[in-house]
Amino acid sequence: MKLRKVLACRAGALALGTAFLVAGTIGVKAEECETITLGAAISLTGKYATNGYHTQNGYEFAIEKIKENGGVQVGGKCYNFEVLYYDDESKGDRGATLAERLINQDGVQYMLGPYSSGLTKAIAPVTEKYQIPMVEAEGASRSLFNKGYEYLFAVLSTSEQYLASAITLAAQVAEQNGKKPSDVKVAVAVENDPFSLDIRAGVLEDASKYGMDIVVDEKLPRDLSDMSAILTKVKLLKPDVLIVSGHSKGAATAVRQIGEQNISVPLIAVTHCEAADVTGNFGKAANDILCSTQWAETLSYEDPIFGSAANYEKEFKAAYPEYAEKKVPYQTAQASAAVYVFKDAFERAGSLDKNTLRDAIAETDLMTFYGPIKFSENGNNIAKPMVLRQIQDGEYNVVAPAEFASHKLNWPRTPQ
Amino acid sequence: MDQIIGNLDLLFEFPIVNLKIIIDGVMIGALFALAAYGLALVWGVMNVKNLAQGDFVIAGGYTAWWLVQQGIHPFLGILAAFIVMWGIGWVTYRLVISRVIQRDLFTSLLATFGLAIMMAQILNLLFGSDTQSIQLDYATFHFADGLIDVPAAKLMGVVMAMALAGGVILFMKRSRMGQAIRATAQDPRAARVMGIDTEKIYSFTFSLNAAICGAAGAIIVMAWVIQPFYGITYSIRAFVIVTAAGLGNLPGVIAAGLGIGALEQYGSHILGIGYQQAVAVLLLLLLLLARMLQQRRQRQVLK
Amino acid sequence: MNLSKPALYIVLLVVIVAAPFLLPAYKTQLATLWLMIIVAMTWDMTGGQMGYNSLGNIFFYGTGMYVAAVITIGMVYDVGDYTNAAGGGIYAFTETQYFTGLVLGCIGAGLFCALSAILIGWPTFGLRGPYFAIGTLGMAIAAGELVSNWEWVGAGQGISMPNYPGDFETFKLLIYFIFAGVGVVLFIFLKWLYTTRFRSAINAIREDEDKAEAMGLRTLTYKLLTWSMAAFFVGIAGGISAFQLIHFEPLETAYQTINLGIFMVVCVLLGGKGTLWGPIIGAVLFHVVKEVTWNYFLGWQWVALGAIIIVTVVYFQDGLMGWLKHKRPEWFGIRVEKKDQIVTEPAE
Repeated sequence: MKLRKVLACRAGALALGTAFLVAGTIGVKAEECETITLGAAISLTGKYATNGYHTQNGYEFAIEKIKENGGVQVGGKCYNFEVLYYDDESKGDRGATLAERLINQDGVQYMLGPYSSGLTKAIAPVTEKYQIPMVEAEGASRSLFNKGYEYLFAVLSTSEQYLASAITLAAQVAEQNGKKPSDVKVAVAVENDPFSLDIRAGVLEDASKYGMDIVVDEKLPRDLSDMSAILTKVKLLKPDVLIVSGHSKGAATAVRQIGEQNISVPLIAVTHCEAADVTGNFGKAANDILCSTQWAETLSYEDPIFGSAANYEKEFKAAYPEYAEKKVPYQTAQASAAVYVFKDAFERAGSLDKNTLRDAIAETDLMTFYGPIKFSENGNNIAKPMVLRQIQDGEYNVVAPAEFASHKLNWPRTPQ
Repeated sequence: MDQIIGNLDLLFEFPIVNLKIIIDGVMIGALFALAAYGLALVWGVMNVKNLAQGDFVIAGGYTAWWLVQQGIHPFLGILAAFIVMWGIGWVTYRLVISRVIQRDLFTSLLATFGLAIMMAQILNLLFGSDTQSIQLDYATFHFADGLIDVPAAKLMGVVMAMALAGGVILFMKRSRMGQAIRATAQDPRAARVMGIDTEKIYSFTFSLNAAICGAAGAIIVMAWVIQPFYGITYSIRAFVIVTAAGLGNLPGVIAAGLGIGALEQYGSHILGIGYQQAVAVLLLLLLLLARMLQQRRQRQVLK
Repeated sequence: MNLSKPALYIVLLVVIVAAPFLLPAYKTQLATLWLMIIVAMTWDMTGGQMGYNSLGNIFFYGTGMYVAAVITIGMVYDVGDYTNAAGGGIYAFTETQYFTGLVLGCIGAGLFCALSAILIGWPTFGLRGPYFAIGTLGMAIAAGELVSNWEWVGAGQGISMPNYPGDFETFKLLIYFIFAGVGVVLFIFLKWLYTTRFRSAINAIREDEDKAEAMGLRTLTYKLLTWSMAAFFVGIAGGISAFQLIHFEPLETAYQTINLGIFMVVCVLLGGKGTLWGPIIGAVLFHVVKEVTWNYFLGWQWVALGAIIIVTVVYFQDGLMGWLKHKRPEWFGIRVEKKDQIVTEPAE
């Protein structure tokens, strides 16, 4: 206090003093708030480590933002979130053990999800049995939502929607060019995991609706280093659409080799472009590739905590400078949204009881910077659409669905 | 099943694909052969079956990758990987391998398995689990309507692998050290009697093996990609090749390396890329079986 | 050995029964401890007693999981529909369906694995020493890769088992006691088996297979029998694990070559090869150390594991039991008559 007064007396240091004072009050306020501990088993090592890290940053950023905005008000008291993390090594059985440990031994009452559908599938039975509400942001496979889980909630759109819109797009383009959609040939290469297999299922469903022909249908192994065998088939069979899904590693390998081998498929759609930073790493090879995304910073969603989608990106980059040169991946945004759902639900529940909280989460009807969030009976978010972006001269521009499109689709893709 | 038939049809419909598959297979096979040659060396000379072979390759790759990030020329990276891995090989020999040489073979197998787990994880902690590669901006040559593409980087990789193999062959044939190594492999006791310091030979051989693997890894990171956990891929291939070619038979090792590279490409073309690892492992099992039957005919067992 | 006193066994049994009630928060870890004990003891049957070091016993664990799952699901639904990546309807199981699946699934898993051990053992037992280790390791890897491409059983996404129809704590208690029951049965079985001539036969194979064969021992029959008995128990353990974990996937959970596949070997080496108690002590030691420390290594746990393997193999290969035998020979019924001269009485 004395120091502050001395500083305040000096005219030149007045501004500094005020800043100090403000910081001081916030400090005091934060101390008054109690903590709510959320548990999370997340992949910090192993094959999902990159995206596990994106997810963790999303959680931490949201917690920080909520704290800055006065914390969580539950029943007239103020709380701040805190997350207890364990590393699940990208292994399902480890994840399940850790979830149990969090609940049983660390006494965690509320869980945030892990990264990937596979890990979520491993953890969900545990949280379900303990009746611990889990809001997850990274498990999109539909096979998660047919088990009748009542304590599992996902803020993201399910995975069959990721690239099915690329098929619709291909059908539209075919019609515009005077061809029948059933003449379109599709090549699919997806990683052998729950998420990508569900993407494949979605693509196959939509393709068969249009009567399209699947000419290549391959599963990528987990230790993928070379896709040239698939790309050779693509060259021979000349499909009109190429679909690749394999988390960050699959995206990186695909884009690199598509460039190397001069693949000239008119429409190429890939997942996880932003997380793999394909524009930064492979430059022109990534041009005109379609990327599915759960969220784009150009969309017009807004909420009182994070501001607009664009504002989220700006502030996140300021807080985590290592993202300054690349796109903020949607994995981070949806992780933040999951924390926000908890804040909203806690405040509506007005209690720390996990069952009251669960009911409050189920009734969520929230507009966020990430998009609208409203859960179906099975726990998946049915309010938010997916968008498809195309990399045009190094920029990600939304091209589908039509109501969000800011740019026209470049078709056919011109290999660089 | 339809897909397998469809894939087979492609081979006949477009015969040029066969050439493409063989070229791809030979290019990666040359690198497999390098790692396998190192394995044959330590297996033959000191009777150590090194399951960490692939991890030496990956460690060499990361050494080169890291140095190139620091701004040195990729080709110098190969030399650097050779030297650095020589050192790591020597340390490994001192700490672990020297103590398992005289023990039963399962001991060396298990100890090197432990080593493999350790190295993969250390690389993961140091460099992260993303795939990494050195992006060389060299041209890609296209033949046959763009169907066959040979990136110059891969071509150079193969040439360098050949040069390295040639150098090692020459070294083994001509130099005093090479002769001493071969003598030790034939009969360590006799070699000792003749005044050869077998301990020195062992440590030299193991370091040389690690260095060869390291250089192979440095080539791989330029033309393909590496990841901390890819080691097992190369270890399995090395075992397949050595089992096929036998020990101390360098031309055999190279031929087997190229052949297995090509077979694997055929396998993943016909069955689908998801079966690539399975194809390699099944090849190993088939080879073991074939060798066993061959031995049984001579009333011997494979041990 | 004086450990065999009946009083001691009664105390042990009481501890086994009381453990999950005394440490209610650790039921799952305790159940996993039994899993480790089972796989370690069965590994020792071939690795320790018979001298055939398999690196592929994990094959039976993974296969057991899949067989149990397929039986349980197949009795009620179409397996292909159930594992469909696209989801589909909600698949519910009644109490009867669940328990029938649990019993038949685990038994089926055991039988299937015992049979497959004989089929696979036929060719692989022609391999000796390190070739056997490499061959079995290759077999486990290949099986994992093939299953992970098999869409009928869910390919790379694995299988989610039905949920236990009831309270979760009861479920964990049930799993613990099934594991413990199998473990105790296995122990009694091996304790009996190792008093018969069977043990001498497989020990003879370990000491010198060619001579054993020359003596008229049908070595292949003994080898197949031993492995198939081991596979039976590992298969059951896999089946129980499938129910315990609820969700499992092929490469990381079922055919987890470098996790459990290598842990079981380390447990045996740590405790002492070729003894009845060695694998148990090794498994307890390994599991307790691992559970206590694992989460605090922050990524270095695998480095530590590699180091443990190397150190155990290189410096401590006789394990704890070997060390004890050296330090306290009288505990093992070995009388030290004079210096350097050891007379062995029939053990146990």
